Amino acid sequence: MNRFAALLDRLAYEPRRLGKLALLEAYFRDTPDPDRGWALAAMTGALTFKNAKAGLVRNLAAERTDPLLFGLSYDFVGDLAETVALMWPADATRANAQLTITDVVEGLQTTPKAELPRVVADWLDRLDENGRWALLKLITGALRIGVSARLARTALAQLGGKSADEVEDVWHADAPPYPHVFAWLEGRAEAPSVATTVRFYPPMLSHPIEPEEFAGLDPADFCAEWKWDGIRVQAAAGKDAGAKRVARLYSRTGEDLSGGFPDLVAGFDFEAVLDGELLIKRGGGVQDFNTLQQRLNRKTVTPKIMAEFPAFIRVYDLLALADEDLRALPFAERRAKLEAFVSAHPLAPIDLSPMVPFATWDELTFARADPADGGAGFDAGAVEGVMIKRRDAPYLAGRPKGYWFKWKRDPMVIDAVLMYAQRGSGKRSSFYSDYTFGVWTEAGELTPVGKAYFGFTDEELIELDKFVRNNTENRFGPVREVTHTKTKGLVLEVAFEGLQRSARHKSGVAMRFPRISRIRWDKPPRDADTLEALEKLLPKGAERA
Amino acid sequence: MQPAQILHPRPEGLYCPPADLYVDPTRPVPRALITHGHSDHARAGHGSVLATPETLAIMAARYGAAFAGSTQALSYGERLKIGDVTFSLHSAGHVLGSAQAAVECGGTRVVASGDYKRQSDPTCAPFEVVPCDVFISEATFALPVFTHPRAEDEVKKLLASVAMFPERAHVVGAYALGKAQRVMAELRRAGWDKPIFVHGALIALTELYKAHGVELGEVLPVETAPKSYYVGAIVMGPPGALQTPWVRRFPDPVTCFASGWMRIRARARQRGVELPLVISDHADWPDLQRTILDTGAGEIWITHGEADALAHWCGTQGLQAKALHLVGYGDEEEPGAAA
Repeated sequence: MNRFAALLDRLAYEPRRLGKLALLEAYFRDTPDPDRGWALAAMTGALTFKNAKAGLVRNLAAERTDPLLFGLSYDFVGDLAETVALMWPADATRANAQLTITDVVEGLQTTPKAELPRVVADWLDRLDENGRWALLKLITGALRIGVSARLARTALAQLGGKSADEVEDVWHADAPPYPHVFAWLEGRAEAPSVATTVRFYPPMLSHPIEPEEFAGLDPADFCAEWKWDGIRVQAAAGKDAGAKRVARLYSRTGEDLSGGFPDLVAGFDFEAVLDGELLIKRGGGVQDFNTLQQRLNRKTVTPKIMAEFPAFIRVYDLLALADEDLRALPFAERRAKLEAFVSAHPLAPIDLSPMVPFATWDELTFARADPADGGAGFDAGAVEGVMIKRRDAPYLAGRPKGYWFKWKRDPMVIDAVLMYAQRGSGKRSSFYSDYTFGVWTEAGELTPVGKAYFGFTDEELIELDKFVRNNTENRFGPVREVTHTKTKGLVLEVAFEGLQRSARHKSGVAMRFPRISRIRWDKPPRDADTLEALEKLLPKGAERA
Repeated sequence: MQPAQILHPRPEGLYCPPADLYVDPTRPVPRALITHGHSDHARAGHGSVLATPETLAIMAARYGAAFAGSTQALSYGERLKIGDVTFSLHSAGHVLGSAQAAVECGGTRVVASGDYKRQSDPTCAPFEVVPCDVFISEATFALPVFTHPRAEDEVKKLLASVAMFPERAHVVGAYALGKAQRVMAELRRAGWDKPIFVHGALIALTELYKAHGVELGEVLPVETAPKSYYVGAIVMGPPGALQTPWVRRFPDPVTCFASGWMRIRARARQRGVELPLVISDHADWPDLQRTILDTGAGEIWITHGEADALAHWCGTQGLQAKALHLVGYGDEEEPGAAA
């Protein structure tokens, strides 16, 4: 466990991709089976433990530490595993290294639920601070060490002198702790065979485009689609070597999301790999990202959640059909096959992302400015711009130049006043980095209209944090109320992607993707925007509640 | 006499009415007592300043000789009577010249400790326990997650990394007053006998430490030189310099940062630190508790930092505690704070 903990520790502080790859490769080379395989599975999110969850860690912390101090510490550190690792009352006399990651993984998988707290507490007593952190990270399942599944596979590829795509090909034919993959990489065995259709293809990505760049492009060479505000996924299904049906849902980095969307994966009645956007459809319209986020945030997927947040995939590319890899075909040909595919699978939880017709760039500009009118209809709320794709583009991994462009809608911007702040988690932890901001009502009071926790630089964060601490009026648990009078306070320029009526918010409006675009140290709060001004930004027809 | 009549918080800082004097005021006042030279505690522009001779020298080095209308030096242990109040200064173990201010009036003693630590530090006098009725404590690291490792071990980590990457330079961010010199002294203690290169912002205070008899060995300013000149070198600079083009003059620099905040991973990662060194000039959680108990004070006032946690712990010990919520302190170890 010490070796694995040391690897995680070094990865967490290594900013360079090449540095991370070197650390991973060295670990995989020098660590025996099955330890390295379990480590690989842990880092790529392939392990879940039925009985060991964050709740278990919380309960142990509650038994061993003062609850109030634990709460304050967790609030400061912003990470459960790290908080407990740092404040666990150490038992130096029992610290020893005779615990492998295999012991831990097997222990977590096989120990009966009732005994698990005692077993985990015993491990925590035996490990040092770093080991405790690694163990707890394993249990809570959020390693946050900047290693994607793709990066880990690239390191494996380096180890075996293969390409990352070759590793990708054999990946799904093995299971943790991946003895066959390692044997193949080290030249001790043949590659494990895999049904070619059930795999992840590294996705093709786009470049942002600016209006002035259109002058050099002929509209006849391009097609356009809506850019959907969901998450990019691949739906892969087919039969494995044993003719057993396999269906998987992958994220854009190749993480397996199937466990979170059993309802969706169960409907994959095809043998193909599709590229598309995971979205939630409710009441006849596609919901915005905030709604999808509510489902993504759930650790356990109950039937109620599935019914409340019905997911589907709006597909826009067909990468493989049965055993045939289609990626070399021009986009227009793949699109024709995709359209035929979608109509041949009426029961699958997919639909076709429609084309946005245009003859000139001006026509596309109008469509982008008003998606509801431009063909997106009721789904316009989930449109965040348009995608422009060359008709003759093959499907290439990575971000090749000149083929795909994303043209996002211009953000809306208002000046709001900082009202409350809370400490963040993850990268922003221990700083006051979650800001609730408000605008002026007719009565001359501030009403909160949203919350933002990104958009600023690290330097600005330090300044903002200092401002919050030096201008605290009240404390409500973890929330600080910050001075916000007409003359004293801080004005934040907030950019957002759209505005909707919302009964859940006191102000009656909700922003999509709000972020701090500028800090207006220069502006007195009284000059910030009014609710009336904000309401003018509501889509047509929604101005009045 | 009620302790609050001896010292109580005002927007400018802790105020002592019988002597008409503020402790570490954050804005200009006629009369100030300064506990130590960090810029959040020692500001320029007061009418008169009472402090240790070292702190006065540090303020003069930072702000120029005319940093106050007049100054008065008070050495550790010396007593000074102003009206009915007797002041004395006692080592706080925080940085060179750092002091706790003991304020006595009518048989009641209040100790304003400023910032302090209990860990050993070759660059300043050790913390002195001053028995008192009211102990005024900082709470910068007052959470159970903060247990500082020994500075010696952290410096060993740095030297191990230097040995592991002999072709790279190690650039250590450290606050210009105190932390930088402490890291230098610990490096010397660990046997590092090569020159230590420093950013211009560290030179004046390092010279001042040397003039006060602190052994720091050969300290050279960073000069324009080919990258190869700094291969295998240890370079120190103010934290803010780590994010500037200044670091590009060194060969494949390993970014290090010496601060108590480095105990929290996210803090290190927020700044792109590759080698966090948990070296703090503040008391950690166990030392805050130990110190409070050592003073025998029945009442604890908390100036800045994680006041809620420390006040809660005091409650579990049957001690009265209150948070003063003083504003404007405790930023000197923040990554990115100006040097």
